[in-house]
Amino acid sequence: MKVGVVALQGDVEEHAEAFRKAAAELGIAVEVLEVKKPRQLEDVKALALTGGESTTIGILAKRAGLIEPLRKAAEGGLPTLGTCAGAVLLAKEVRDAVVGETGQPTIGVMDIAVVRNAFGRQRESFEAELEVEGFGKIRAVFIRAPAVVKAWGSAKPLAPVRHASLGLIYTAAVEGNILATAFHPELTTTAFHRRVLEMALGKA
Amino acid sequence: MSVAGGFSTLDRLRDFFYGLLEVRDRLREGGVKWPRPLEGVQTGTVRVKVGFPAMLKRGVIMDVTNVEQAEVAEDAGAVGVMVLDKLPYDVRKAGGVARMADLKLIEEVMAHITIPVSAKVRIGHYYEAVLLEAIGVDLIDESEVLTPVDEQHHINKWLFTVPFVNGCRELCEALRRISEGASMIRSKGEAGTGNVAEAVKHFKALYSAVEELTAAYRSGDEEKLRDYARRCQVPIELVALTARMGRLPVVTFAAGGIATPADAALMMWLGADGVFVGSGIFKSQDPRQRAEAIVLATAHWDDPETVVEAQKMVSEKSAMLGIDIRTLRPEELLQTRGV
Repeated sequence: MKVGVVALQGDVEEHAEAFRKAAAELGIAVEVLEVKKPRQLEDVKALALTGGESTTIGILAKRAGLIEPLRKAAEGGLPTLGTCAGAVLLAKEVRDAVVGETGQPTIGVMDIAVVRNAFGRQRESFEAELEVEGFGKIRAVFIRAPAVVKAWGSAKPLAPVRHASLGLIYTAAVEGNILATAFHPELTTTAFHRRVLEMALGKA
Repeated sequence: MSVAGGFSTLDRLRDFFYGLLEVRDRLREGGVKWPRPLEGVQTGTVRVKVGFPAMLKRGVIMDVTNVEQAEVAEDAGAVGVMVLDKLPYDVRKAGGVARMADLKLIEEVMAHITIPVSAKVRIGHYYEAVLLEAIGVDLIDESEVLTPVDEQHHINKWLFTVPFVNGCRELCEALRRISEGASMIRSKGEAGTGNVAEAVKHFKALYSAVEELTAAYRSGDEEKLRDYARRCQVPIELVALTARMGRLPVVTFAAGGIATPADAALMMWLGADGVFVGSGIFKSQDPRQRAEAIVLATAHWDDPETVVEAQKMVSEKSAMLGIDIRTLRPEELLQTRGV
């Protein structure tokens, strides 16, 4: 099975590795492809959007003509995982904790609102134990991470956390075959990549 | 309001609060989950400090000296900015002692853009680093471009929560910085020259040494790894890890003299995870297009068609003039500072 990692910017190698490990755990063979152009999306059965800078990835995706194809693919049911910057790109509403409206290009397929840099700057980046419904207890790494502050429609918010100033927030969300996390599962666990592969196999 | 009226208001308030508590208890029994505070929260762990540069990969960090330049960098798609008092090219012209940028300027930049903000400290200057960490800079560059304050030692970076990036010219130097706690490495190049030749030399030196170590590791030649560790004065475990991974164990960017999209693509081709661009952008006549073009060429370095497109976005007539390294006197070289 061919799986893709959007490889414009960010931790592409970490996602590719997580896909390979997850596939080994499931006992299936995957070939990980870097997706930088629309035609490279055609063969893939599952997709990851990396962590990185959401503004950079958005600008490059727009330039490469990838925004629409990515939107169509996700809406068409392609199992998709977006982590950190990837989650920002998937959200329909995006705001920044410091500068407010950003107007950055996004894919906008999930009925969620995210606040960028919700936990602060790199100095405030952290790892913690996190209970995620359907995934159990995991070690999660938050790097200048966003937060899901609202979900509507068919999006289901996951992993609620009490935030010092934002109150109740969510650190993940799921909508159909699309999974978004504010943290970086690719740095600590294969659980989320495994779920996306299971979706592709029709098992989840 | 009468005293009696005041009491009845208090009674109603009390009833109201007790009512809220009842609602809460009923919801709890009904299985409604209340948000919990996070458990086992740790900041500044190795995973958090090394994870941050991983998110910068395939990106461009641009030197800026004011808010307007920072906004140009963000709009062009930079993954971060490095706030400086003077661009390396101007450091050369001005001479004197080069120090950390104004804290006020750095804070102003942090308030205006959403991408990470880095700043440089002098080699060995603990206190400049303490100040930058205190105001919340995302990444500290302990840089040879500024005037070193400690001729013998670099900062012990394990003491800090904020990640550090250090320069290197070859593998030993890189491993020494990593063993001191650097979360990211960059080539030194020869800053402010617009001449990428030294960065190329440093990357080739870096990766030919890594290849040798990897070959030794594969053939089980532990003695060679041990000798290398001893010669470089770094732990054998770090040498073995590098040999096993076949690359530096932290994110490695190219820096020094990158001035065109083709320069950036070349450094990516040589194995860089991303690039720093200093004087190359804001010392050119076309900073906006050049910044965008370098971002494009860095992300699509393995696709010559897109690099052609990027290279066509800029004109060689607008590029910074550049300085041939052979015209510099030995004491003018920045790369030899702090080994």
